[in-house]
Amino acid sequence: MAAHLSYGRVNLNILREAARKELREFLDKCAGSKAIVWDEYLTGPFGLIAQYSLLKEHEVEKMFTLKSGRLPSADVKNIIFFVRPRLELMDIIAENVFRSDKMHSPRDFHILFVPRRSMLCEQRLKEQGVLASFINIDEYILDLIPYDGDLLSMEYESAFRECYLENDQTSLYHTAKGLMTLQALYGTIPQIYGKGECARHVANMMLRMKREFAGSQNQILPVFDTLLLLDRNVDLLTPLATQLTYEGLIDEIYGITNGYVKLPPEKFAQKKQGEASKDLPTEPKKLQLNSAEELYAEIRDKNFNAVGAALSKKAKIISAAFEERHNAKTVGEIKQFVSQLPHMQAARSSLANHTSIAELIKDITTSEAFFDNLTVEQEFMTGVDTDKVNTYIEDCVAQKDPLIKILRLVSMQSVCNNGLKQKVLDYYKREILQTYGYEHILTLNNLEKAGLLKLQSSSRNNYPTIRKTLKLWMEDANEQNPNDISYVYSGYAPLSVRLTQVLARPGWRSIEEVLKMLPGPHFEERQQLPAGLHKKRQQGENRTTLVFFLGGVSYAEIAALRFLSQMEDSGMEYIIATTKLLNVPPARTPAHIKDSMHPSEDRQLLFV
Amino acid sequence: MAFITANWNPLGEAFYRKTELYEMCWNLRDGLRDCLVAAAPYGGPIALLREPVRRSPSSRPQLEIYSASGVAIASFPWKSGPVVQLGWTVSDELLCIQEDGSVLIYDLFGSFKRHFSMGQEVMQSQVLEAKVFHSPYGTGVAIVTASSRFTLATNIDDLKLRRLPEVPGNTWSAGEPTCWVVLTQDRQTKVLMSNGPELYILDTTSCTAVVPPGLGPQAGSIVHMSVSFSYKYLALFTDTGHMWTGSSHLQVNTKKTTPPKQMVWCRRPKSQQPSVVLMWDRLLMVAGVTLTPDPRFPLEDPCVLIGELDGVRIISSANQELLQEVPLVCQEIFKIASMAPGALLLEAHREYQKSSQKADEYLREIKEQSMLGEAVRQCVEAAGHEYDSNTQKSLLRAASFGKCFLTDFSPEAFVSTCRELRVLNAVRERGVGLPLTHTQLVYRQFYPLAIEVCRYLKIPDYQGVSRVLKHWASCKVQQKDLSDEAIARAVCVKVGDSPGVSYSHIAAKAYECGRPELAIKLLDFEARSGEQVPLLLKMKRSQLALSKAVESGDTDLVYTVVTYLKSEMNRGDFFMTLRNQPVALSLYRQRLESRLSLLQTAVDEYNKAKNEFSAKATEEEMRLLRFQRKLDDEKGAGLLGLSLQATMEALLALGLHKQAEQLYRDFRVPDKRFWWLKLKSLAEKEEWEELEKFSKSKKSPIGYLAFVEVCMKSNNKPEAKKYVSKVTPEQRVKAHLAVGDLEGAADAAIERKSDSELAAVLARCPASDRQLLDRLNRAAAAAAKK
Repeated sequence: MAAHLSYGRVNLNILREAARKELREFLDKCAGSKAIVWDEYLTGPFGLIAQYSLLKEHEVEKMFTLKSGRLPSADVKNIIFFVRPRLELMDIIAENVFRSDKMHSPRDFHILFVPRRSMLCEQRLKEQGVLASFINIDEYILDLIPYDGDLLSMEYESAFRECYLENDQTSLYHTAKGLMTLQALYGTIPQIYGKGECARHVANMMLRMKREFAGSQNQILPVFDTLLLLDRNVDLLTPLATQLTYEGLIDEIYGITNGYVKLPPEKFAQKKQGEASKDLPTEPKKLQLNSAEELYAEIRDKNFNAVGAALSKKAKIISAAFEERHNAKTVGEIKQFVSQLPHMQAARSSLANHTSIAELIKDITTSEAFFDNLTVEQEFMTGVDTDKVNTYIEDCVAQKDPLIKILRLVSMQSVCNNGLKQKVLDYYKREILQTYGYEHILTLNNLEKAGLLKLQSSSRNNYPTIRKTLKLWMEDANEQNPNDISYVYSGYAPLSVRLTQVLARPGWRSIEEVLKMLPGPHFEERQQLPAGLHKKRQQGENRTTLVFFLGGVSYAEIAALRFLSQMEDSGMEYIIATTKLLNVPPARTPAHIKDSMHPSEDRQLLFV
Repeated sequence: MAFITANWNPLGEAFYRKTELYEMCWNLRDGLRDCLVAAAPYGGPIALLREPVRRSPSSRPQLEIYSASGVAIASFPWKSGPVVQLGWTVSDELLCIQEDGSVLIYDLFGSFKRHFSMGQEVMQSQVLEAKVFHSPYGTGVAIVTASSRFTLATNIDDLKLRRLPEVPGNTWSAGEPTCWVVLTQDRQTKVLMSNGPELYILDTTSCTAVVPPGLGPQAGSIVHMSVSFSYKYLALFTDTGHMWTGSSHLQVNTKKTTPPKQMVWCRRPKSQQPSVVLMWDRLLMVAGVTLTPDPRFPLEDPCVLIGELDGVRIISSANQELLQEVPLVCQEIFKIASMAPGALLLEAHREYQKSSQKADEYLREIKEQSMLGEAVRQCVEAAGHEYDSNTQKSLLRAASFGKCFLTDFSPEAFVSTCRELRVLNAVRERGVGLPLTHTQLVYRQFYPLAIEVCRYLKIPDYQGVSRVLKHWASCKVQQKDLSDEAIARAVCVKVGDSPGVSYSHIAAKAYECGRPELAIKLLDFEARSGEQVPLLLKMKRSQLALSKAVESGDTDLVYTVVTYLKSEMNRGDFFMTLRNQPVALSLYRQRLESRLSLLQTAVDEYNKAKNEFSAKATEEEMRLLRFQRKLDDEKGAGLLGLSLQATMEALLALGLHKQAEQLYRDFRVPDKRFWWLKLKSLAEKEEWEELEKFSKSKKSPIGYLAFVEVCMKSNNKPEAKKYVSKVTPEQRVKAHLAVGDLEGAADAAIERKSDSELAAVLARCPASDRQLLDRLNRAAAAAAKK
């Protein structure tokens, strides 16, 4: 079921198994039949750890969503609340408990806090007078969730916002804890590098926590050689740019949540002859996307322009395989052919799905709007006219395009120009306020605080220097057979990944100057390994680096890191971890305008 | 083996033996006469108070504490009031219960720890008798006052006094109750008391009369009673000399009419039979299953009996003995002419040492019954029960000899018994004096020995060595003669990073001893902030607690401190404290104050903060709101809350062009945006004339291609065509294509001689239009040539 997690260089299934074991242990603590009341946000991440079947094995009979009012009736002995430690959720729980007291059957209540229990929440429950009703109050430490063979995410939705806007470092604490758990399973990581304030903070906490656990010396041979902690605000440009890999585009257009994507159903209708067209499915089609699907693993990280060729090649292979049946003569050969049938059929349906998705995407990427947008983005990235008001942005505002699109472009211009001139900045701000409403003064304020928008200070624009030194723009990016990471944005090489690449070879010392231009400190720490755990490396064996993005990572960045792992002469394999897989809200669907008008939605505007 | 059974005395099916533990090292001038004596169970220390009732105010009694072997541990003159009873708690603290109901607690080394009182009413009526008992909650104290009221405290560490109800009727005319005991069972504590022949059970709410089954009235009044070590068995003694033991309904006639001085249960786990040891002035008697008690032992000195888990300790001024039932396995091995496998194995080994062939015969006999495993087991077990090290050795040797003939015998029992015996023998040394478990060792401050024991017994560090170190450190901080600095350093060096030693625990101890500075120093070593912070709060070091919490990065901890501070401090101080910790401040702001009010203040602050842009924008917003309200009132336009752009859009849609223009001017809306807006709005309403007028009002800032495209979007080709001619040459091809005029597009493209535009037209050109295709191709070729 989760086999794809163990294919990679590091067997991430261990982590998943550890998480499952803990879940089972908790469930067994509450004897008898149970119902789980879910904090809705948790269902996605939990789905990656345990399917319903596991819960069912442990006598979970009912599942509800946490909402205020009375609990739905269920004939079970235990009611378990799976919640994040949030005060507003505690009030709902208290209400649930109060209301259910009037019912006859006695039940036991339990709370499982994910990822950590909080005294503050327990205090709130106490104030509400229900704390004593809970038999078990426990925590389920779900920090890093394995998403794929080389990808871990905490799915902490507001990490970026909390760190850079609210100065709330809870997410960093959880990150450090998660890394400790990881080290407990995969051995101490001997080298830690980092860039940025948050990275420094996380490294400090890790070293501190190591002292706390000083007693239990870890005796596992280290799997990871290096840990690289990167603040998102070191590289704000990359997530602003439109991703051009297959997976990146699926996310840009439809949004991938917890490894699933919802697609418009029309393209996927089973067209059978004689069937009336009126019963087209209306429910969106939900597809799981991960490397367990052979074809998807092959094409997900390709530039979208190379996907068509890959799909047609695959189509030929599959039809050739089906043609084989004519060559099968002996009974043995036929038997062999038949045994391969299920695999081939799966491949064929997978091909059909991805062909449909590719068609959907193609409709959009070939549109003029998409092309114009991309052109402007690339102008900014190459430093063309970044110091003037851009007419395309003006037109987009006048057309009332989604606010998120405007903000992305303006932020991008600001980042690529190391801040905007007062006149330009104020002009954009007025345009936005007058068109989208004055309440967005807070949104703009947030963007400024996070550094996405800023006023150009007297110092000169250093972006061109950074771009040239780190070779962020490659004129002749090869989309079909890439030879550099810049293929993921058809020309732009993500800054974060460049930093990672340089760290492996020739080392950060060579780019000291540029590092100083980027925000936050850069540092290196070493963790002592117990004697005898020093790895003896075989000739030609690759080193493994865990790259941790604090504040989120985009799919294109993941693709670029995977590309580096596959490069023959890199000598390095990368495992990627993040606080959150960045989800670009589907900017190009008009329905989104409404959402982003709502003041509470401004967190979405920070791509977090 | 005669010498081993020499001190065995039969009673019923079992034997009883009295083994000497120590010749006491103490030197008591007057023996144990007129002394209050208390000895802690599990071979614990002995406390002595001479002449508890003061003869004269000038003479002060001496309180002395000895180890079980009689080594003096502490001694000091008793300065407080008259003591009624001494007792030991489960953690070896000495309780001294005074006549006025106050209880003083000393540690093993005679230093005063704390005191508490058994209640107000006791003050007046004085404590008559007191008992210390052990309940599942901890150590308890029960007293009875001269006015015959009982008061109980089930756990002295969590003091809750319970006054028991009065016993009804006029039974009190006889004065004090003749005897009483405390029963603890099923987490309930009750008092059983007798008054003449009657028995009462007192609990917190009621007083119930009970009759012990099988004890008739002819037996007489109950004058003595005793409960067993496990609080499971009860023994009663009547003035006719009969003894009744609960479980067996047995009445033993002791033929003694005076009440015994002491009566103590003598049992062991897996005991064969219950029995009670009774002591009179010069006689010790074991009473059990048979009707007449036997064996009897004469006593020379006044003695004290101490009930233990597996026997009775008898302490006299000269020596200390253990009276216990001989364990079954020892009986089987050492009983005269025993044929038990263990006995045979011991014999076989003895012969083997003599190099006699009989060894083989014995072995063969055991093996024939296939009892060799059993034999080894018996020897190992018996060794554990023996006190004399020579006997232990011979038994273990026999076991090891037998083991050689077994292939699959698990050596675990053997190995662990050897280890445990080594430890037991070591602690039985006179200098140490008998503690049985390693925890008890620790409490006696034999730290090096304790650490050795832990290592030897292979107790995991976490439970063993660390606990010893922790205890040592807690003790260290209490040494008043050392400076804070010196102690902190000493503790740090010794404890280092040992796992499981909690610095905060040690610090808590230091704080208890009134050394907060030392406590803070020690807390600095604590790595777990979760432990550090609560203690700091308790010590009222809130500033430090806050900064430590922030340092830890655990925001939950920070919240805890902040909520605590909020309830403890006045508002001004609270904010001053937070000001120094920006992280805490922002956390506080975010979670505790409502977001809305923050918003409101933020708006006000713009002006103060000289944020010109935002202030202006806010002013603009206010202006817009006023404008919207006015129009809503006048025309019912429903504008309130819309953005400026949306407002203008709505106005145009309503045909309120003048008002829209007014906004456009007042808010200095860029021309481009307004033109787009008006263009779209007019097209939507299909006001084509108005649109044309608009297009001619001045030169369009957005060009005329936009007009063409918008008209096409509204499916009005004729209108769109009107604007094609106005489009700039660069966009003309596009405009022609937009209205579907291929000829026009081709003309324009050819005129401009642009590759890409020609290609764009070509792409749209149908194959049927040969003529046009040719023209285009020619032009393209020409352009390429050029």
